[in-house]
Amino acid sequence: MNGLGLHQRLERNAGLLIFGILFVSAIGGLVQVLPSIFQESLSQPAANTRPYGALELVGRDIYIREGCGTCHSQQVRPLLAEVKRYGPYSRAGESVYDRPFLWGSKRTGPDLHRIGGRYTDTWHRVHLLDPRSVVNNSIMPAYPWLAERAANADGDIQLRLKVLRRLGHPYTDADIESAPAKLEGLTEIDAVIAYLQQLGAGLGAEQ
Amino acid sequence: MNTTATKSNLYYHDRVVTVLVAWSIVWSVLGMAVGLYVAAELVWPQLDFGYPWLSYGRLRPLHTNVVVFGFAVSALMATAFYSVQRTSHVPLFAPALAWFCCIAWQLAIVAGGLSLLAGINASKEYAELEWPFDIAITIVWVCFAIVFFGTIAKRKIQPIYVSNWFYGGLIIVIAMLHIVNSLAMPVTLTKSYSLFAGAPDAIVQWWYGHNAVGFLLTGGFLGMMYYFLPKQAGRPIWSYRLSIVAFWAFTYSYIWAGPHHLHFNAIPDWVQSLGMVMSLILLAPSWATMINGIMTVSGAHAKLKTDPALKFIVLSLAFYGLATFEGPMMAIKSVNIVSHFTDWTIGHVHSGALGWNAMITFGTFYFLVPKLAGRDLYSVKLANIHFWLALAGTMLYILAMWGAGVSQGLLWLSLDEIGELNFSFKDIMGSMAPYYGLRVVAGVLFLSGTLLLAFNLFKTLQGQKVVRVVPPPVAAMEAA
Ligand code: HEC
Ligand code: HEM
Ligand code: HEM
Repeated sequence: MNGLGLHQRLERNAGLLIFGILFVSAIGGLVQVLPSIFQESLSQPAANTRPYGALELVGRDIYIREGCGTCHSQQVRPLLAEVKRYGPYSRAGESVYDRPFLWGSKRTGPDLHRIGGRYTDTWHRVHLLDPRSVVNNSIMPAYPWLAERAANADGDIQLRLKVLRRLGHPYTDADIESAPAKLEGLTEIDAVIAYLQQLGAGLGAEQ
Repeated sequence: MNTTATKSNLYYHDRVVTVLVAWSIVWSVLGMAVGLYVAAELVWPQLDFGYPWLSYGRLRPLHTNVVVFGFAVSALMATAFYSVQRTSHVPLFAPALAWFCCIAWQLAIVAGGLSLLAGINASKEYAELEWPFDIAITIVWVCFAIVFFGTIAKRKIQPIYVSNWFYGGLIIVIAMLHIVNSLAMPVTLTKSYSLFAGAPDAIVQWWYGHNAVGFLLTGGFLGMMYYFLPKQAGRPIWSYRLSIVAFWAFTYSYIWAGPHHLHFNAIPDWVQSLGMVMSLILLAPSWATMINGIMTVSGAHAKLKTDPALKFIVLSLAFYGLATFEGPMMAIKSVNIVSHFTDWTIGHVHSGALGWNAMITFGTFYFLVPKLAGRDLYSVKLANIHFWLALAGTMLYILAMWGAGVSQGLLWLSLDEIGELNFSFKDIMGSMAPYYGLRVVAGVLFLSGTLLLAFNLFKTLQGQKVVRVVPPPVAAMEAA
């Protein structure tokens, strides 16, 4: 049967057509995506990569909530200029505790993967509250409300850690037990800063 | 049986099509207005006035979700329901379910949009809505599939027409992608953690993200093209054989191209290279389809001069050709070094989104709404003005973003003789202001055009007659 003949059967039978589309479109995913999901080396933590502490995790979730990732990437590409500008290029092992990944697709602002330790906490606080007081022509939004809301306002930090533990992150009972205490008296801006300050530390000795 | 039952067996179900078209227009105006606002925030960052829900990071996902899932999907559902009846010569299967799709989808967009404003955000691009919405979307989608394939199953003509393959591809492939990419473990009603982490998560996300573009913004709209272009041009599709080859080549190769969103990122090299090669191959079926469309119109020149609907569709094919040429070029790793992370990507997106998706939808609506209303278009003149506003807006948008993107890309990479960076990030950011300003102007032009469309079609629908289209007699059934 030639191609056109085969097609005449497909286009006369709705079931065959559905199956044909599903089959043909699934091949790419099965051959390309599935093996990557199960590739060991992509899920091995880098030397110094550890699960987020309670405060950092809250900060990360706020980073997601506020859509910081719509303007900031967290992925330094292995290009000379990029390594000069931001620091060592990103490795897969640094993201193994990232659910979801936050590599980004647009740099309206600079890459943040190696931002940790580059500025003081105070700098970040001032910058987040009013970017234009630090960089006069900045187009980054101001985030005054972060200083007003308590870090444990959502009240579900233990639940979050438990869910992550079920997904395989090595949290101990003590980690979960002590989590609320670690947020005590702090605001959301403290959490975001704690998250920013540990970014890039995961590479450890490999750096 | 009661009269409604008899009626629903006799007439094409076009009320639900009209309502979906109306919603699509509402979402196009709102979505573009949010896009314009977001564009303005990049020029005047104070525009959020200190309100979290007006903040750029929350409005940008609202923009993409409202235009893609509100505007584009409602338009695709409307045109799929309209054309599947006519190409099958039967009324919709399970019309009540079609109404459910229509209403539930709009509710999901309203609620989903509000949740994005509240900062409830799963963060994966084009899959930002949290898990309860993912489930709702899946349910509506399954119903969409039942109505669509159910109608095909009871069709009265043997061959399934080309447009239906593409709509079918849209329904099946998006279902597969959506379900896999949304897998997550809930924490609360408004928060979940992805089942995948890090690099595998990135690969799955862009397998989804690229193919949402592929099977929704491209494939779905090709279905629209294959039905409405021949209808409007009054000529059959130029080459049936080409449409078959292009369809299967498209369905097969699109799926592989996702990793071009992750060039030089921390994923295996072979995955990137395969993504690049398949993206280049993709040029062939894309252009084959474009040529098929353009050749179908050639010969209908007289109509092209006077009919704004046809003008929109033909122009959309030109932009489709542009975007599907630019895409494979940007997928080449050495080009992607420059384009990735820059506004060049944004320019590419909107040459597809404005030039292709929005224009073909406008053209289709200018043709479809008068038919649904049973009267002539309220004003051909306004539609012609809209055409020029849309064209000018799109061109200005793309040119501004090319300027911004290429200079960003090159300046970020620029090193002096001794290998030090030439420019700080902040200087390069500062030099973007004129381009971002131009984009605001482009947005104003494009949105004003869309407002003209909304007014024009609203006037056309006002005081519409009830149109009942009866399927052709069964004699149309083709022996095979
Ligand atoms: C509209 C896009 C945009 C959004 C959204 C955004 N930023 Fe920025 N960000 C920028 C720009 C542009 C710069 C560079 C100018 C400056 O330093 O203010 C920047 C700079 C930064 C810097 C300093 C980087 C450096 O290397 O000097 C940090 C840290 C930062 N942003 C964190 C954040 C966080 C955290 C969020 C979310 C709460 C966020 N940004 C949201 C655009 C954005
Ligand atoms: C008046 C018209 C529009 C304006 C002014 C506009 C503006 C914008 C702006 C400012 C962004 C953010 C760019 C950035 O991150 O730097 C954006 C992103 C986006 N827009 Fe639009 N937009 C418009 C219409 C549309 C339409 C009709 C669609 C789809 C059918 C669309 C789809 C998208 C998508 C998918 C993105 C995300 C791109 C990415 O992540 O790379 N837009 N738009
Ligand atoms: C042959 C066809 C196409 C190919 C090979 C292609 C390729 C690409 C490439 C290489 C990128 C940049 C990825 C990056 O560096 O981050 C991209 C982005 C994008 N393209 Fe295309 N493109 C094609 C057609 C289209 C069409 C027709 C549309 C319709 C609207 C479209 C919409 C998008 C969107 C929305 C993005 C941005 C994704 C994001 O970062 O959020 N593409 N495409």
